Amino acid sequence: MNSNNSHRRQDAGPVARLIDELHKLPGIGPKSAQRLAYYFIRMPEAEARSLAEAVLAVKERITLCTICCDITERSPCAVCDDTTRDRSRICVVEEALDVRALERTRAYNGLYHVLHGVISPMNGVGPDELKIKSLLERIKSDEVEEIFLAMNPNVEGEATAMYLHQLLAPLGIKLTRPARGLPAGGDLEYADDLTLSRAIEGRQAF
Amino acid sequence: MTGGRIHGYKTEAVVLRHFPIGEADRLFVLYTPNMGKVRAVARGVRRPKSKMSGHLQPLNRVAVSLTEGRDLDIITEAEAIAVYPSIRNDLTKLSAAMFLAELVDGFSEERSSSPSVYKLLTSALDLAEVTDNPIQLVRYIQTRILQMSGFGPELRQCVACDTPLEPQTHLFSSSQGGIICPNCRSESGHTLMPIPLNVLKVLRFFQQNHAEKALDLQLNAQLLGELERVLDGYTRFLLERDMKTAEFLDLVNPHRVKKAFSIADPT
Ligand SMILES: [Zn+2]
Ligand SMILES: [Zn+2]
Repeated sequence: MNSNNSHRRQDAGPVARLIDELHKLPGIGPKSAQRLAYYFIRMPEAEARSLAEAVLAVKERITLCTICCDITERSPCAVCDDTTRDRSRICVVEEALDVRALERTRAYNGLYHVLHGVISPMNGVGPDELKIKSLLERIKSDEVEEIFLAMNPNVEGEATAMYLHQLLAPLGIKLTRPARGLPAGGDLEYADDLTLSRAIEGRQAF
Repeated sequence: MTGGRIHGYKTEAVVLRHFPIGEADRLFVLYTPNMGKVRAVARGVRRPKSKMSGHLQPLNRVAVSLTEGRDLDIITEAEAIAVYPSIRNDLTKLSAAMFLAELVDGFSEERSSSPSVYKLLTSALDLAEVTDNPIQLVRYIQTRILQMSGFGPELRQCVACDTPLEPQTHLFSSSQGGIICPNCRSESGHTLMPIPLNVLKVLRFFQQNHAEKALDLQLNAQLLGELERVLDGYTRFLLERDMKTAEFLDLVNPHRVKKAFSIADPT
């Protein structure tokens, strides 16, 4: 380890900087960051340029849908813009990846709302850090009849669902949650399509 | 691997908190009876096929097997000994239990045995499961954790001159860990919190009595609010930071329903 560190300090510059940047990515430890960095060094310049441009294009072209807060290239997003979808239902999810997972099942034809996180008091994340105000504004203005609270089946997901329930119940809207069967503690985005479909179709009153 | 033997061990623990790391792993902060706080990684627990993820939920009491790793130990097996459905289904109880878990986390050190704190934590969870006054429970346990951590405030005599206190409103000095009498006041430049006599009496009662008796006290919302102000002020001074869970506990506190719903009227 020590020899690695001193080696890095000697050539502190583009390589060390790249390793540091890669290390910040989710799921990339120091070893993987190094391996990836040296892979990039050996990469043909055209490929490296194409990768860099793809990253920049995402930052330039991707935005949040002004209605549902999903990540999209144009706002409103394709789902919010689709007139065949059932506008009386909103499925609230933690992350944009959850929308992809639920869409894959084709079991749900309503709209979405992406919170971009989950209430996690232990990690210092409260309701103000999530897209909750925009959800409330939507409920007030749109003709919403059902809010489907599709949080992950774990403590933070349950806390978020209970908080939203406390917040929304006085507004007199039907609140539902996934049917039992989602594996406790797992992330929704990893659930298989059949389990997810069942969780949607069998959703029950909160 | 340097070729050394891999050491494994088993222990009981309460899951204080966790956060996602890597692709599908989580880092857990556990509190154990004989090793105090232990940080450990469980691999793959964010995938639905993980057998451990349902067991390794925050606030669960678990039996775990670990192997010693280079930086962090690895959790290889986990099974829940006690889960708390009533805490999990009640926002105030859940927030209260999270607050207590953060307190234990804040006042404990890694690998430093404290069976009495473990016992206090598990009994706090057992009580939170059945109590209908989680806020009062929080203030009681908070008082006891301060005591067990060696920060129990002096509430009977002046911390500076040892004079017994008159029955009146006093000032609490966080830096000196107790009440400071009117004569010594001018010598203390530190921030002082006023502490009414009834608050003082409740804190003394908490320091000397078991949970059942402490929970039997009839305390109104105002008194509970005063206890929160003093205890959280002192806790903030000792930890040199705000409690992360305090804001959410405040938000869902049933004694302050109005505040919790103010968000429903965005202006
Ligand atoms: Zn949208
Ligand atoms: Zn004095």
